[in-house]
Parts: sequence; structure tokens; C-alpha cells
Amino acid sequence: MKVPVTWLREYVDLPEDLSTVDLAGRLTEFDLKLEEIASSGISGPLVVGRVLSLVKEEQKNGKTINWCRVDVGAHNDASVPDAPGDDVPSRGIICGAHNFVEGDLVVVSLPGTVLPALAHVIPGGEISARKTYGHVSDGMICSSAELDLPGDASGIIVLEPGSAEPGDDAIALLGLGEEVLDLEVNPDRAYALSLRGVARDAAIATGAPFHDPADLEAVTVATDGPGAYRVEVQDPTACPVFAALTVTGIDPTRTTPAWLAQRIELAGMRSISLAVDVTNYVMLELGFPIHGYDRSLLKGPLVVRRATPGEQLTTLDGTTRTLTESDTLVTDDRGPVGLGGIMGGEEVEMTPSTTDVVVEAAVWSAPMIARTARTQKLSSEAAKRNERGVDPTLPARAVRRVADLLVEHGGGTLEDGLTLIGEAPVLPDVTLHADLPARVTGVDIDTVAAVEALEANGCEVAVDHTWLTVTPPPWRPDLTDPYDIVEEVLRVVGYDQVPSVLPTAPAGRGLTTSQKLRRRVGNVLAGEGLVEVKTFPFAGEADWDRMGLPADDVRRRQVMLENPLSAEDPGMTTTLLSGLLRSLVLNIGRGHSHVHITETGRVFLPQAGEAEAPIYGVDRRPSDDELAALSAALPDQPFHVGVVMSGERVRSGWAGKGRPVQWADAIAIVRHLAAVLHVDLEVRQAQQAPWHPGRCAAFVLDGAVIGHAGELHPRVLKAYGLPARVVAAEVDLDAMIEASPQIGPRPDFSTFPVAKEDLALVVDLTVAAGDLEAALAGSGPLVESARLFDAYVGEQVPEGKKSLAFALRLRAPDRTLTDDDIKAAREAAVAAAHEATGATLRH
Amino acid sequence: MSAPNSSYDPVEVTPLHADEVERMRDEALAAIAAAVTLDDLAQVRIDHVGDRSPIALANREIGALPPQARKEAGQRVGQARGAINQALAAQSAEVEAAAEEQALVTEAVDVTLPWDVAPVGARHPVTTLSEHIADVFVSMGWEIAEGPEVEAEWLNFDALNLGPDHPARTMQDTFWVTPEKAAMVLRTHTSPVQARTMLTRKPPIYIACPGRVFRTDELDATHSPVFHQVEGLAIDEGLSMAHLKGTLDHFAQAIYGDGMTTRFRPSYFPFTEPSAEMDLLCYVCHNEPDAVADCRTCKGEGWVEWGGCGVVNPRVLIACGVDPERYSGFAFGIGIDRTITSRYDIADLRDLFDGDIRFTEPFGVEL
Ligand SMILES: [Zn+2]
Repeated sequence: MKVPVTWLREYVDLPEDLSTVDLAGRLTEFDLKLEEIASSGISGPLVVGRVLSLVKEEQKNGKTINWCRVDVGAHNDASVPDAPGDDVPSRGIICGAHNFVEGDLVVVSLPGTVLPALAHVIPGGEISARKTYGHVSDGMICSSAELDLPGDASGIIVLEPGSAEPGDDAIALLGLGEEVLDLEVNPDRAYALSLRGVARDAAIATGAPFHDPADLEAVTVATDGPGAYRVEVQDPTACPVFAALTVTGIDPTRTTPAWLAQRIELAGMRSISLAVDVTNYVMLELGFPIHGYDRSLLKGPLVVRRATPGEQLTTLDGTTRTLTESDTLVTDDRGPVGLGGIMGGEEVEMTPSTTDVVVEAAVWSAPMIARTARTQKLSSEAAKRNERGVDPTLPARAVRRVADLLVEHGGGTLEDGLTLIGEAPVLPDVTLHADLPARVTGVDIDTVAAVEALEANGCEVAVDHTWLTVTPPPWRPDLTDPYDIVEEVLRVVGYDQVPSVLPTAPAGRGLTTSQKLRRRVGNVLAGEGLVEVKTFPFAGEADWDRMGLPADDVRRRQVMLENPLSAEDPGMTTTLLSGLLRSLVLNIGRGHSHVHITETGRVFLPQAGEAEAPIYGVDRRPSDDELAALSAALPDQPFHVGVVMSGERVRSGWAGKGRPVQWADAIAIVRHLAAVLHVDLEVRQAQQAPWHPGRCAAFVLDGAVIGHAGELHPRVLKAYGLPARVVAAEVDLDAMIEASPQIGPRPDFSTFPVAKEDLALVVDLTVAAGDLEAALAGSGPLVESARLFDAYVGEQVPEGKKSLAFALRLRAPDRTLTDDDIKAAREAAVAAAHEATGATLRH
Repeated sequence: MSAPNSSYDPVEVTPLHADEVERMRDEALAAIAAAVTLDDLAQVRIDHVGDRSPIALANREIGALPPQARKEAGQRVGQARGAINQALAAQSAEVEAAAEEQALVTEAVDVTLPWDVAPVGARHPVTTLSEHIADVFVSMGWEIAEGPEVEAEWLNFDALNLGPDHPARTMQDTFWVTPEKAAMVLRTHTSPVQARTMLTRKPPIYIACPGRVFRTDELDATHSPVFHQVEGLAIDEGLSMAHLKGTLDHFAQAIYGDGMTTRFRPSYFPFTEPSAEMDLLCYVCHNEPDAVADCRTCKGEGWVEWGGCGVVNPRVLIACGVDPERYSGFAFGIGIDRTITSRYDIADLRDLFDGDIRFTEPFGVEL
């Protein structure tokens, strides 16, 4: 809400010496938060001048300038000698514009005037007398641009004849000295979307007397007099009060008085025509939205009713809207002429040639206005106020105020007859315990202080022992609950009065297992040399195409958004790789060759069918079944860990050649996570986009695949414009954490001597080393470990075969192994390997 | 050299003559003294100490002497060998020390050479600050609660006193899940986690909820459609706004150091009543009279905006199954990203989210 300070001061007798900054500070403490104080910044002797004479002088550069003698009243200075007609008190001024003649009233910035608009041309924007075109120009005649005013900037400002006298202060005349408070108005303070409301709060905040602009006689014409426009309200729930007055014979040549136009412009609205400006002025003044109809365009009586589904209306903004039965219309014989309380219809709009106006002020159902504004995506100044709630006692006075201004400034005639339908709804009382303000705020507020604070806000308070019954004033429909009353009291008492007391929570249980393990995983990933990034979880078709996901890949099924920020990212991602690969592209584009990045975050996996989350009431807790239904409707959103690496895993340098990242690095990181979580992950050969079909591992946990790792498919890298041999991993972290045992494995080792046996086994090329290793490790109780130490393919083994060499460590828990023990264990291992993979001992 | 005495000793053994033993000893000592390398020493050992050295051979002759002469010769040879061994040990120690010294000199390296073969990891400051904040609250006995990011409309709005026609609903620019009748949103705040906790646990409740939230703001230097908050909720008997202030003051001190404090300004949030904006004493100038005017962090205000808070609206308690006659509570929320940009003087919020590794790297693994 933009509040011109001089306008505000009309309704509250603020001390002269109260600065605007201090006033804003008080209002901020009163929940009207200052956004900024706007002002023109213009200062100094900016005055009205009358052009007494002008001499056109042609210059060598082809330009013609005017050498003027300007009467600036008390500011005239005869000391400038060579102005034309220097015998008359005046100032000599050079002007290059040609849109004025002798006798015109103009705006003159005399030396010393500061014009911020010129600050980029002259130091500080300060005007001084200067020699130019052979004369001393003792000031400057101003254009609207130079004063930061709207309007035609091609010439200088020429004022209406008779609108001012030479020497008058043009800063005041043009409203350039006006400071405007831009206040943030919270949704519960609809009353503060008006000068009336802000002035009342300023009065409470400063203790200055308040003059209510709504204190005017309701009406001077009879209700339902002969000139009353016929109105029928068919839906009093949607429109409890409707008032109308008619003004006829408005002179269309009359323009908006400058002061009024200036006030509404300072308040952030555009000056359009007298009739429109007046309705806006009164809306700003009283906070009550008003609508004017051109009576000559109306056909028959006005009817307020619900729209029939599919009915159409073209509103003032030129949009044709299709309506539903939750929308409330104002209609005449032809059909809809306005969307009640939100915006009028184009067909009956007031124009500058309108002479007869029906002025409407009505109370509308706030929730219904909010719904229509939302569904029609239409926010107007009227809707903004009506959806928050207006003072329902105002309609008759608001139309009267508009009519009076139209009569006064438009030369119109007030028709004899007020239309007034319905009665202002009465706000319910709020009853609360007298100690509630103290209990809720922790401030020592007694009954006397509470009552005083509430009465200052316009409430009526009845005290009955320890109970307060509060009747809110009609402009405070937001005061419905005891806690609302507490806030009003605290606002007056002061939020700075709240003491600081640290509460004692009961003993807590610390972080959850999942939280602790996620931290552990984060530190392990950092220890692996990975840099954590945070990417946006949005993705779309283009990502899946680049990643080469098959058409039926489940990851293409996304949780989609109604209103995504961009068409490329229409929904939530199903894999962390979408964000990580974009991040990798960015990093490589910025010149990083060796990038190891990771992200831990949620992915979004939609339900199989069409899920709908129920909406419950709020007057009670939903049942456990209802809550379960709520959770069941939501998509699965597990935490995943993603890793992408490119460049060298071991950097080349002076010490020698490094090592590029390879498929095994990605798998190793997942194995490392499994190890620190004590999770038994099985690694299997897999084929899964976007990985290389021959270099992809699947991780299996309790029979379910929970992730993949390996080298990315060359086609994927090409699609992303990435270098070769990028590796990646992604696993379901929630699944791993879920499987992580409460306590880790028990240390279990023997102190008897170890026996080491090496086995070189020949298997088919297709046999997975992991399977062989598992077979050896499980071949007998004496096998402590089996570790692959060599893998060989070549002339020494038959075609289609490979040799895998393992080091077995054999040990017994209770004795030193004998040669026979060792021999038996070795034979058992070979047999197990053969059974599992067809392996034979290499000779 | 004395002449051999053959008058009383029938067996003349020349090598055992005193002057002969002395000669052997002196030759050995000279050779030892001349040995300057480990190789020299090895040769000296062979020539003068080994089994075939003159003195060793002489030693073998002793047995042939008559007892009296045997004793004398034995003493003579023994003394000579002792002197030789002693000299050899001394010289060996010296030569070995010199050799080791030399080896250390030749093995010297330039320790300023870089060793950057292993990549260095780092954790995102949003993560580490969230953990730091969680630690502060856990140390107060609070617990950390979490919830889904795609959330039911009822939990994100209705349960928090933001009914469908509430004007504040449109103030929170919300991402809606398709189709609209699915009644799901990307949570616009972490408050639904508070609602979930109240719905499933009995008071007293003291929880902090850090997490990722969403609003339909276009990404620019100061806005992001994805950002992070931490919210707190306490529900207990007898809680007031004073306890809210006490908690926030303690929180501010834990994060920013001693002497920090907060202040309240009236505001509006549907889920709290009364509601307040909370300002944090400027952590750079501490609103000190001689520093505040030029302070860039608070722009001369002495305070910086930190978040919103208030007393939990009883309507929220009712919807979440908490008895408002018995319990009251308070809630607050701060922006994690904004705390980072302001504290580290980061001009562009986009740096947090575009994934450039140079943003995360300087933070290491702890804030
Ligand atoms: Zn500061």
C-alpha cells in the first residue's frame, strides 16, 4: 500500500516534527512494515514562472534557441543585465524547446535547485547560472522528464492558465515534495489497504488524534427515491449489502483536479478520467472498492446472481472469461455486466464521455471473491480488498462520497434516491480469559492494559470477572479467535516487551539412525574425493533421451507439475544422474578436466495409478486410516546417492603418469558405502541405460536391485557432449540404510598361524570373477579369505577362456593347520570353484 | 729389532717375535686408518683380521711354543689383535656414519613439490550448515524431523490454517502436481513436517525440521525456485512467546557467538498467532555505534532479517489433534541458503545450485 504522507496527515494530527522515517518506524512496529519511502528527491527553488517575452536566436550550429525573460515573482533578480526588456523584474533564461509562447506559465528551476534526473549530466543534479549561447542563463525551464514526471518529454511543461502565480513553489504545486510510504500489508490487515486504516494505526501508534474520513452523513437522498436505480440481489450470501447512487449530467470536459490525480498516482494508480479517478480515490481513502457503470449503456435493472456454468463475460481488461456457478455476477437485461466485487464488464465501462453514472458499493462474500480471483487468475485492486474483507458498514457512505465528488468536480446532479439492499453483517464477539494475553506472550499484561489496547483498536470490551468479551470493529473481520485478540494487544504493548526465557525440553534421543548414517555416507563420499553439489530435482524428456532410456523405461514416468518453470523440466526427476550430468557438463564447460561430483537427494517415483491425496476438514485430527490414505497417495521419494566422475582418478604429475577414472572406480565407491554401512551388497553384471552395456554393475540387496554403477554408454556421452570414459553410480540410499544392522559385525579372528595357498583357475570368459570369488570363499570353514590377484587372457590359456588367480588364506580357529588340512581345503576350494563356474586348475 | 735368542729356546718361531707382532699390528692399524670407504673396510677385514691374515696365522703358531713362551706370545698376539679390532670398529663406525650421511644428502628432495594425485572431496555448505543447526537443537534435547518433498495439499496448507480460499495461499507461489485434483504440491515450507509430527506424536514435542522447499520463483541472483529452510516447533504445557525468544536467542548465540540476540517485529503467518518477523543482531557490527553506520552486511540497520516465527495458532493444534486447552507452542523458520549467502558474502544465490565444484570446494567437510 502506497501512502502519500500529506494525504495521511489529513486524517491524523501527527506532530509537525515527526519525521517520515520515524513515522514509518512506528508503523513497522505496528505490523505495517515499511518497504521504502519514495520521494522525488527534488529540492531548492523550483518555481512557477510566466514567460514575459522570448526572442528566437538562430545559432551557428543550425539550432534556434529562445532567449526568454521570465517573471518568477518574488524570485526575480534584476541583476542579470542583458535579458530582453531588462527594465522589468524578471530572470533571463535560455530555452531550446518551442512548445510555448509569451504569457505561458512554466516551471523554472532556479540556481540551487537539485534535479536528480539530471545527476548524470551535471554534478549532483544541481542547477546553476551558466553562460551559454552568449548569454547568462539564470536557471532552466523544465520538461516533465527533468522532473521525473510522466508525460510528454519532447517539450517543456506548460501549466494551465490561471492554475498558479509566478513565484509559486512548483514543488508543492506538482506534488514533487511528497513522500510516499510503501507499506507491506499482511493479509489479516485488509483495513490497512486504505488511508483510513493506515491513519487509524498511525494515530494509535503515536497517540495523535484521528479523524475518520468515513464520518460523513450516510445520504441526503431518500432510500428508494424515484431516482434510485433498480437492483435485485438474488444471492444475499454472495452479496449481503448492495448500495447504489446515480449522478447525471457530468460535464465530460471536466478533468480530474490536479491534487486528486496526483494523490492517486502517488498511491500507485493511473489517472484515467474524472469518474474513474473519483471511484479509485474513494477506494484508496476508505478501503472500499467502488464500481461505476455508464448508465446510458445499462439495459434494465441490475441483478446480482450466480453465474450459470459456461456463461461468458468480457471484463475491463479485455479478457473474455468463461464462468462457473461459484462466480457471482452483476447482470442487466442483456446478461453479465460485471464480475461482482472483482472487475466490471467492458460493455458498460465508464469512458471520458460518460455523463450519467450509477455508482455501486457492495459487500461481497470474501471466500467467494478469493475463489473466483484464483480460478479466473484475476487480481484487481477491488478483489485484493474484497477477498480480505472490507468494512461492511460503509457502502451507503462510500457511494455518497463518490457522488459528492462527481457533483463537485464534474458538475453533475445527484439523482433523488439511494438503492440500499441488505444489512451489514455483524461480526461475532470473541470471548477470552483475561490472562490469555499474558499467558501467550509471556509479557506481564493485566486486564486494564489489555482493555486499553483493544479499545484503541476500535474494539468494544466487556469485562466480566476474569473474562473479556470483545466486539471487533466492523473493519476488523480478521479478529475471530482469542489469539487474534492477543496479537492486537501485543501490537499495542510492544513486541519488544517479550522477555527471553529458554524452555527446557525433555531429554531427546539424538539423531535418528537414518540421519546419522546419511552423515556418515556424506563424509565417506567426501573422503573418496567427491565434491557434493546441489542440483534442482526437475527433469524431462530431453534428459531421458540424452540418457538413452528406452521408451518403456520406468524412469520416464515422472511426477509432473501443473506449472513448471520451464517446458524442458516439466516434472520431478526419477534419477539423480539428470542433475549430476548437467552439472558435469557445466563444470567441463568451465574448464575443469577432472570432476568428481556427488549428490544425495530424493528422487520421485510416481504411484502406479492415478493417486489423489484426500482433503480433510480442519476441525479435528484425521483418523489414523485417513492419515494412512494421505501418505499412500504420495509418490515414493527415497534418498538416493549419485556419483559422476570424469578425467583422472589419480592425477598425472611430476611423480609420474596418473590413472583415468574407470568403471571400477564407480563400483568401488558403492562397495565402500556398503562396507561402512555393514550392508551385504551383491554385485552383478547388468545392462542398464545410461551405462555401457558391458561395463555396468547392478547392486543387489536381499534379492532387489537397488542401484547401478560403471562406465557410461559412449552414445550418452556424445549426446551430452562429454569426453569419453565418464563413470557414474546411483544407489537407493534409503534401502541401504534400512538394511544396515543396528550393530556391526562381531570381530572374529583366530590367532593360530595362517596358511597361504595360491590357485590359478581357468574359466570361460563369461564367468564373473565375483561368482568365482564367492565360490572359493564359501568352500570350507578354513577359508579365511579369497582375493583375486591376477586376471589373464592370452596365449597361455585356451581361446574363450581366462585365468583368474586367487590368494587363499586358510586358518583354523583352534589349531595350527597340518599339511593334510591344507591339502584338503585346497581341493575343496577347487571343487567348489568347478561346481560353481566350471573352473579348472591351471597347469 | 732385537736378535733372536736361540740359546735357551729350541723352537724358534719367527712370527711370534715381539717385533714381528708389532709390525703386523702397525701394518694393520695403518691399513685401517687408510680405509675411507665401506669397500676399503671390507678389504682391511680380509687382509688384517680374517682367517688368513698374518696375525691370525701367527696366532695358530702359539700352540707350538713351550708353556712359558706360549703365555708371553699369547699375550703379545692378543693385545695386538685387540688393538686392531678396536681400531677397526672405530673406523667402521666413522665410515658407516659418513656413508649414511652421504646417502641422506643424495636422497634429499624438494618437499615443496605438489602432491595432488588424489582428488579432494568437499561437502555442500547447505548440508553442513543444516547439520550444524541440527546439532545445536539436538544438544538442547530437541529431535530432527523430516518429511516428503512432494506433499499432500492438506498437510502443506489446510492443516496449517491455510484453507483453500485463504489469501495467503496465493502469496506462496506453489508448484502443483499434475493433475490438480491429485491435491499434491511441492512443499512450500517445511511446516508440513511439523504437522506430521503433531499428528503422530504426543506432546511434549521439540523438533527442528531442516529441508528442501519449493516456490515458483524464477531463478535469479536473489531468488531460487528451490531453497532450504530449517523450522522449529515446540509444543508443551505453558509455552509462550517468551520461550520462543529464549530459544531463538540461544540458537543465534550457538551459530554466531556470544552476545547475539534477536528482536521481534509484528507480522502475519496463518499458522502462528501472534506472528513475528525475527531480526538477528548484525553479526558483523553488532549494532555498535561506531561501526553500524558503515556496515555493509546490515546496511546501517544494526539488524539483519533472519526469519519468521510466532505462537502456534490453536486452529493448527486442533487440526493436528493437539488439545489447545492443555498445550501451547511456538514455531519459527529461517532460510539456510540466505544464511550462507549473507554470512559468506555471496552475491549470487545461483552459485549454490549450478553445481560448479569451485563453489563447494572451499567449504571442505565442515563449516
Ligand atoms: Zn552491521
